[in-house]
Amino acid sequence: MPELACTPGQTVGPFFHCALAHPGDNQLVGDAQAGAIRLHGTVYDGAGDAVPDALVELWQTGPDGNIAQHAGSLRRDGKTFTGWGRCATDAAGRYSFSTLTPGAPAAGRAAFFAMVVFARGLLNRVFTRAYLPDSDLAADRLLSALDAARRRTLICDAEKGGYRFDIHLQGANETVFLAYRGDPE
Amino acid sequence: MKAAPESARAVSQREITVQIARIAADHHGKEGTQPRLNYPPYRSSQLRHPRSPFVCVDPDELECWAPCFGRRDVDPLDADLTAGHPGQPIGERIIVTGRLRDATGRPVAGQLVEIWQANAAGRYNHQQDQHPAPIDPNFTGVGRCLTEPDGTYRFLTIKPGPYPWRNHQNAWRPAHIHFSVFGTAFTQRLVTQMYFPGDPLFGLDPIYQSIVDPIARQRLIATYDHDLTEPEYATGYRWDIVLAGSRPTWTETNGDHA
Repeated sequence: MPELACTPGQTVGPFFHCALAHPGDNQLVGDAQAGAIRLHGTVYDGAGDAVPDALVELWQTGPDGNIAQHAGSLRRDGKTFTGWGRCATDAAGRYSFSTLTPGAPAAGRAAFFAMVVFARGLLNRVFTRAYLPDSDLAADRLLSALDAARRRTLICDAEKGGYRFDIHLQGANETVFLAYRGDPE
Repeated sequence: MKAAPESARAVSQREITVQIARIAADHHGKEGTQPRLNYPPYRSSQLRHPRSPFVCVDPDELECWAPCFGRRDVDPLDADLTAGHPGQPIGERIIVTGRLRDATGRPVAGQLVEIWQANAAGRYNHQQDQHPAPIDPNFTGVGRCLTEPDGTYRFLTIKPGPYPWRNHQNAWRPAHIHFSVFGTAFTQRLVTQMYFPGDPLFGLDPIYQSIVDPIARQRLIATYDHDLTEPEYATGYRWDIVLAGSRPTWTETNGDHA
């Protein structure tokens, strides 16, 4: 089948909040729900400064490893787990999600949060993965292919009540960003 | 070492235009269908682009699926940016429509499209926008819709104005509408900007020019379509969107995706 030429991306710019931020968009579950955890972090630029105008989107499996296909991420009903959320960074560059711990897709596989990051100054979105440190990381093909320093940027820090995952767009601790096989450069 | 604040040094349009031309000459004839993340003429890209190459992976099963949106997320009125206020917005009323497809030509149906834009005077409804142009009390500049079974999206809005920004001295963005689009796979996520034909600012704009392949960047320009124009009401623009790749054909390990 002939391939159609893809539409190029462009920066999200500084003025996306009215359109892309929704009340409760970062609350995949309520804080009080059984099993609720907090996934949070800070987005940094190459000078080590926080990025206050970034947008982080999260896509994940449920605790059972299944992939939700339920509507309602923009207007949550308080009980349906949609597996998706979005959070604009605050003035200190921080994002935070209230969610459930993702399950691995199968025994012996690693569990991770899939993430995509947008920002003013970032001309196209970048994809990454935030792996759970207590998951089965040894067999993961992506992690195995990276040296220790790079690999570390993809693994969350476990902390009380959840995980921390900082995102460095550039610099010594630059996060590993992904290209999916078959996609255009 | 800290970089100087962006406002500290006023770079001229001439300097920016020279940089744009130099990068274009360096990449003449090479592939470059996506924006360059490291694009010095867009000054705020300098500390915000990854320096290491992307690591190529096979998408995991999770990444082969996309979040699902539905009628509970989107009100049909959300596609009319001229509505929802006491009066009519000022400006040139336009219809913007097109089809969302994947690279194999398959329509992406029932998926979320979100847009935002400046008003006719080039001012965003955003507290950070300091452009001294009037705010239109009848225009918020935000819309969303779900694509039809054939991938069609459609918005009624007003034509945005160009606006100044502080990338360099006398910097102006060509008029554009921001689009946020989901595909059938997480890997297809796209945020981009749609432009209007014949804009005199194209050659001067580092964001548009960051896509160094001229054929590729023209894919961001809508086409005026007189068949879409409604008599005595609104002019019509068509802009089709193609997302990278497609979801692999699904097999028996489908599991619980109900």
